[in-house]
Parts: sequence; C-alpha cells; structure tokens
Amino acid sequence: MGFFLETLIGGLMTGMLYSLVALGFVLIFKASGVFNFAQGAMVLFAALAMARFSEWGHELLKIDSKVLANLLAFVGAMLLMIAVAWLIEKLVLGRLVNQEGITLLMATLGITYFMDGFGQTLFGSDIYKIDIGLPKDPMFLLESVFQGGVLVNKEDLYAAAIAAALVIVLTLFFQYTGTGRALRAVADDHQAAQSIGIPLNRIWVIVWSVAGFTALVAGIIWGSKLGVQFSLSLVALKALPVVILGGLTSVPGAIIGGLIIGVGEKLSEVYIGSQIGGGIEIWFGYVLVLFVLLVRPQGLFGEKIIDRV
Amino acid sequence: MNTVAEPITAPAAEAAAGARRRRQGDVILEVKNISLRFGGVKALTDISFNVREHEVRAIIGPNGAGKSSMLNCINGVYTPQEGSITFRGKSFSHMNSRQVAEMGVARTFQNLALFKGMSVLDNIMSGRNLKMRTNVFQQVVRNPWFGAAEKEEVEHREFVERIIDFLEIQAYRKTPVGRLPYGLQKRVDLGRALAMEPQVLLLDEPMAGMNVEEKQDMSRFILDVNDEYGTTIVLIEHDMGVVMDISDRVVVLDYGKKIGDGTPAEVRANPEVISAYLGTSH
Amino acid sequence: MLYRENGQFKTTYTTDQQVFPILQDRVGIGLLLAFAVVGVPLLVQDDYLFRAILIPFLILSLAALGLNILVGYCGQISLGTGAFMAVGAYGAYNLFVRIEGVPLIVALLAGGFFAMIAGVLFGIPSLRIKGLYLAVATLAAQFFWDWAFLRIKWFTNNSSSGSVSVSDLAFFGLPIETPVQKYLFCLGVLIVFGIGAKNLVRSHIGREWMAIRDMDVAASVIGIRPVYAKLTAFAVSSFIVGVAGAMWGFVHLGSWEPAAFSIDRSFQLLFMIIIGGLGSIMGSFFGAFFIVALPIFLNQFLPWAGSLVGMTISTAAVAHAEFMIFGALIVFFLIVEPHGLARLWSIGKEKMRLWPFPH
Repeated sequence: MGFFLETLIGGLMTGMLYSLVALGFVLIFKASGVFNFAQGAMVLFAALAMARFSEWGHELLKIDSKVLANLLAFVGAMLLMIAVAWLIEKLVLGRLVNQEGITLLMATLGITYFMDGFGQTLFGSDIYKIDIGLPKDPMFLLESVFQGGVLVNKEDLYAAAIAAALVIVLTLFFQYTGTGRALRAVADDHQAAQSIGIPLNRIWVIVWSVAGFTALVAGIIWGSKLGVQFSLSLVALKALPVVILGGLTSVPGAIIGGLIIGVGEKLSEVYIGSQIGGGIEIWFGYVLVLFVLLVRPQGLFGEKIIDRV
Repeated sequence: MNTVAEPITAPAAEAAAGARRRRQGDVILEVKNISLRFGGVKALTDISFNVREHEVRAIIGPNGAGKSSMLNCINGVYTPQEGSITFRGKSFSHMNSRQVAEMGVARTFQNLALFKGMSVLDNIMSGRNLKMRTNVFQQVVRNPWFGAAEKEEVEHREFVERIIDFLEIQAYRKTPVGRLPYGLQKRVDLGRALAMEPQVLLLDEPMAGMNVEEKQDMSRFILDVNDEYGTTIVLIEHDMGVVMDISDRVVVLDYGKKIGDGTPAEVRANPEVISAYLGTSH
Repeated sequence: MLYRENGQFKTTYTTDQQVFPILQDRVGIGLLLAFAVVGVPLLVQDDYLFRAILIPFLILSLAALGLNILVGYCGQISLGTGAFMAVGAYGAYNLFVRIEGVPLIVALLAGGFFAMIAGVLFGIPSLRIKGLYLAVATLAAQFFWDWAFLRIKWFTNNSSSGSVSVSDLAFFGLPIETPVQKYLFCLGVLIVFGIGAKNLVRSHIGREWMAIRDMDVAASVIGIRPVYAKLTAFAVSSFIVGVAGAMWGFVHLGSWEPAAFSIDRSFQLLFMIIIGGLGSIMGSFFGAFFIVALPIFLNQFLPWAGSLVGMTISTAAVAHAEFMIFGALIVFFLIVEPHGLARLWSIGKEKMRLWPFPH
C-alpha cells in the first residue's frame, strides 16, 4: 500500500509537470486558434537560455551570488522569449492570417525545427545545468502509518506548487481581465475580432509571450530535474495527450488531464508494464487519449464542435 | 433538350401550371410535428406539411424562420427532437443522410458545398457516385483496353454531359469551380443534385445573389426539370415573384412555426403572412 | 509556342479523360521514363548517387504517395506514417525469414497487407475524431508500434541486438544486389504503384475521398459513404506506405532497427507532401526529391560557402543549420505557396502555354 501511494503521488506530481507544458499549448490555442507544435522547442530554447545566461553571468560578469545570477538570467531569458514571440508573429503568423488549421500546425512544426537548430547554434548542444536552489533531497511522509514512510520527491513537490500557482493566475487572467476577454474573442474568430478593433498582432505577441513565460517556467523546472539537453523538447510530445485529454481550450482541463496521464502512466508502468516488457510509458498516454476521444471526440472539457451546412 | 429560352407569357404560365396540377400525384413526402432545438434556441416548433409527387412546393418566410433547418431535417443533417418524416409511406423519426440520398432525395446548398479546386465536370460527376458500382480493385487497373472501370466512367460521363448541356455550362466544363461567378456555381450545384437522378429535389435558395436574367434562367431550369423528369421540387426562396410564378403550393414559416399553407394566391391573402413580412409588433 | 493544345481534338470521352491529354505531356513523360529506365543506369557510374539519393528518393516517393492519398486527397491528418512503414517492414521480414522460399515480391506485398490491416484499425477513430484530435490520436499508433518492435521479441525473430537484417534479394530469379539493380527494382515498383494511385484518384473513389476532405457533412448528403471512404483511404494509404517501409528496410537499409521508422520519419514524409503539394501525385515526387536532396546539398554547400568567407563549419553546425533551413523553408512554402511545388509546376506550365507571349 505504501508503494502504491508512492507511485500515485509520484504520478500526480509528474502530471503537474506535464500540465505546465500543456498550459502553453492551451494558452496559444485558446487565444489564437493555433496549435503550437513548437511549444516543446520553446521549452528547450527557454531552458537553454536560462542555463547559459546564468553561466555567462557567472563567468563574464563575475556575479558570485547564485540568486542574482539566476534572477538576471531569468529576466534575460524572459526578454528573449518575448523577442521570439514578436518575431514569430511578424514573420509567420502575421502572414498566415486566416489560413486553415493544418497550415498553421505545419508552420509551427517548421518553427520547431528552426528553433531546435537555432537554439543549439546559439547556445551549444552540450548538457547544461540549471540550479535555482530547489532542494533535491527526498522526504519521507507518514512514517508512522507505513513502514519506512512514503517517499516524496521535494523537488517535484515545489514544482507542482509552482505549476498550480501559475494555473490559478492564468485562469483568473483569462476570466476577469479585458485582455483575457479579447484573447478569447480572437480565438473564436480572427476576422470578427479584427473588425471590432482588437489589435490582432499585439494580442498575438502578448499570447505567445505568456506562452513563452510558461515555457520558461516549465523549462527551468524540467531542466533542473533532467538537465538541459535536446531530449527536453521531447517533453512536449509527452504533454500532447494531456492537452487533448483536457480539451484544447480548457486551462483546468490541462491540469486534470495532466494528473490523469501522470498517474496513469506511473501506475500502468509499474503494474502492467512489468508484465509485458516494460517501457509502456511512451504510448500509454496516447492510447488512453485515443479511447477517451472515441467516446468524447472533443476531449474531457473541450467545446463541442457543431457543423453547419 | 430544349435549350432556347422562350418568354413565358401569362396565359402560357397558367396553362403550364394547370398541366402540372393535373399531373400531381399522391403525397410523396410528409413532415409531421417536427420540432428542432439547439440548446435553448427553438429552430422549429411543431411543423407539419406534405408534398405531393411532381409538384413544386415552396417554403418561404423571413430570415431565421427555420427554412434551411427544415430542409436539413428532411436530409438527415439535423435530427429533430420530435416528430417524424414519411417518405413514400415509410416513416422515420430521423433520417440518415446517405439513406435519404439513396431513397432519391437530392439537395442544393445555400453555401454551395462544391469542390472549389476541381472542374465543373468532376463536381457533377461526384453526384453520380451513388450509381457507380465498380470496386477499388477494378478502379486501380483502370485502362482504356479492358476492364469495367473505364467503361463505367464513360457511361456516367455521357449522362453528366447531358446535364451540362441542359444547364448550358458546356464552355466551363473544365474550369475549376472556384473561378466561376456565383451564378454559375449555383448552376453547378444544381447539376450535381440532378446527377443523382432524384425523385425529390430540395433547393435551398437557388436564386440567391442572382440578377433578373439569371433568375429567369434558373426558374426555367427548375420548371424544365419538373416538366421533363417529373421531379418533385421543394424550394426555399425569398423572391416572391419567383415563388408565386412557379410554385404549386407554398408553406410559410415564421420564427420556427408554420403560419400559412396553400396555393400562392391563398398564402398571399393570408393576414398572418402579410404581417410577418411587413412586420407588426409581436 | 511549343506547349500548345492547338489541333489536339478529342473525339471520345476516353481520350478526353486520359491522364496526359496533351501530346507534349505524353512525349515528355515518355522521355522521362525512358531516361529513368535506360539513361540513368548507363550514365550514373557513382554508386553513391544511387545509394544516397536515387534509391531513397524512389522509396520515399512511394511512401509520400501513400501518405498524400490519406492526407492530401482524403483530408485525414496522420502523424503515424513511420509506424505503418515499420509494420510493413517487420511484417515482410517475419514472412521472409520464418517461411522458406517466400519470394521477395510476395514478402513486400504481405508487408503492405499487414500495414493495411493496422492502418484500418488505427483509422477507425477517424470516423469519430477530426482534425487536430485525429492527428494526436495517430501518434498513438506511432508510439505503440515504436514500443512493440523494440520490446516484443517475436517481431525481431528474437534478435539479441534488437536489429534485423535480410539478404539474398531476388525478383523472379534476377538478383537485386548492386545499386543499379536495386534502383531498377524500386523504379519498377514505383511506376506500378504510381499508375494505380493515379487511377484511383481520378475515379469515383478519388472523388469520394475529396468529398470527405472538402465537404465532410455535405458529403453524405450527396450519397458518399463516409465510413467506406475514410477506411478505404486508410487502407490504400497504409498498404502503399507498408510496401514502401518494407522496401526501405529490405532494399535500402539491408538491416534496420525500429529507430529507422521513428516519429522523425513521420514528420519527414509530412513535410514532403506539404512542400510537394497536398492532393497531387506529382507533388509527392517533387516533395520527396526536395527533402532527400536538401540535406545532401547543404552538406556540400555549407562548408564550401563557409570556406568562401573563411569560416570552417563543423558537421554539428551543418546539422543545426539543416534544421534551421528546413524549418525556415517549411514556413516559407506555407506562406508563399501553400499548395506546394506541384502548384508552382502547373503555374509554370500555364506560362509555357502562353510563351512567348506574356499573357
């Protein structure tokens, strides 16, 4: 039972981390109708920026305090992500207004490849460390109830807390601010939003910057956990089922989807995977989503699609 | 096929209408107590009317009255929450689009569901789909020397060419539909519906966006189809002149309810219809 | 002036409907085929050209053709093509090594058959799920088969290294060993499948597929059967992709592991049909050639360009640059000509018709 709880809690927290990445997808889709395949590349890019800026701050600017270096690196990386958002809007999105979904999807795929190459050209392709002071030691809970206690990773706990805070802030932003409403209008219909005077390009820069911010946070947390390397961009592929499960337009959906997939993956790996050869994590999330979609083609919390003739 | 237009004079129109009335048969399509809701919006409320074989039945009403929704119910695109549809004696609580097409009901669309990138010919050929029998294997080895696929294509091509002649669009047969003016696109839409050799033809605003000459042409085509092939026509139209001229009977809808049903003359004199169109306080 | 239809009257529907109604086109294709079959083997002496460009181009053209039928003609997004190539390859492999004396062509077609079954199964969700959701659902196929061929030992004939290999390929007694022989074999298969695919897309099943793509809801109103159309699209597409996958493993690689058919392969094929032109048979060929030739071109060109300005560019940098140029090109094409190279080709032909007049 103790082991089950451990697996469960581990899964919940991994799930929160997936949600963090999924949030970026949902944000962009919610506000511009674009499914941003490049989110993973953005996570990697942001993480690379953070890692390298921190290093360079240390080496070049001779900043000794780690906190200061990290802070400056964070600000630098954030500015970089805003610049990226602005460029994407100018060079890609602005020229593909009103194209079909698949065209935009393919464009983000192109952006993915570009950012992968660009990030590695700019920042190098070794493995880099991010250290923002998250405690890495494990803690043992409920030692009185279960023998040896339930192992909980402190780092994951912090990460989950940060993700939860981010989600709350974003949900409030979308529901209660004017910009949030404008974003929802844009997602619904580009042309209609333009015709009532919503400045499309500025909105998109805002949205992609916010998504860049979530990518940065996700990059820092995942990078701190796994080290910053190319495989970080593959985390996005893990987050896709989360996005779909929760429904492409639902922020709470991204959280719940993340928790379900996180827990499901861990439990299935331990209890089923061991029977059939192991390593089923890579497809469990996807197959689960497949079955859910068969029952609810719009995901758990997505909006139903009504076709008019 | 008669391709030269003759001006329709009033006595000639009366005589033609009389001839059509004599030819009208029994009820072929009946709609009973249809109600359709989208969430809280009531698109149709308790609609009942029938359509006789070989007649031209018009459905009119102000915008938003539910006319297209009514056609969509008959076609199986929407499923009504209540009511039934009877076609040739068989009743259905909801229709399946494909089955409806197989039963001989064809339709044109308000928003033109055409392949914009393909030629006029290919668009109309797609309407022959129901009648094509060759399977995938035969089509893979299609060639001019042996096998059924090429022969079948040619057979159906001949049928479609007759429709193209009838609609007078020969010059455009290889043009991508997206490049044609709206009026011609509507003709292609009609052509595709005709390619299905339908017994009942549902026309959703076939004359929208047309000028006077184009409307005369379209009216002529519709009447010719009805005369030559005996096709029953159910027509949604806004132009009162057209409706009064070519239809045998008219149904009037307003806010999803039926407010009139009868011959054009009867409906024109109906006070409720007049107030719906001219507007009084509701 | 040269490219005119003047005087070419058609008196039967059959001649009017043929694939290349214009005489110049027929001549052109004839010359191209003659060159491909006879000229290339005589002229090309360098094995590298065959191995690195021509053979991959032929096989990936076939796969792109299959994918284009599903995505370009029928409008169903699939990101799992690599998986179906893998099913084809491993299916053919298992038949080839487990049963004595199975001819190569039978094994390849069987691979296609297995891929077809898998394709139809994973295509069933398309009856309910559309668009982006379907794209993600197809990734389930990709990752599932990635795992299956890695972890389920039976598929790899219990190979200890995880990779499999084949040898002694022959077609009706003729050996397929030298690059020229491999090239001719692949060319033959591609021509046969190309003709079949062209026949399908211009017949009524092709129109059904395009109806599903362009009109979805309205398609069943005109009598199209959505289930039949979608599943046949998946079936035909997966069959072709499976054969291509089997050929990739057998003829091109000789020995392979599941990574040869990873998600990168799926994306690569998708890029091919997008750059080449969705919904165009010729586009599949253009796109395949472009994507196959580009890395090789960059590999030669970038270091040379770097040396012009006095920079040495490492292989890693070239790889990164490839990614960047790739991505930039995708975006460029989508902005400038979303219908791909095939559209540029037909615009070119239109201009040729008018030449030497400007309009």
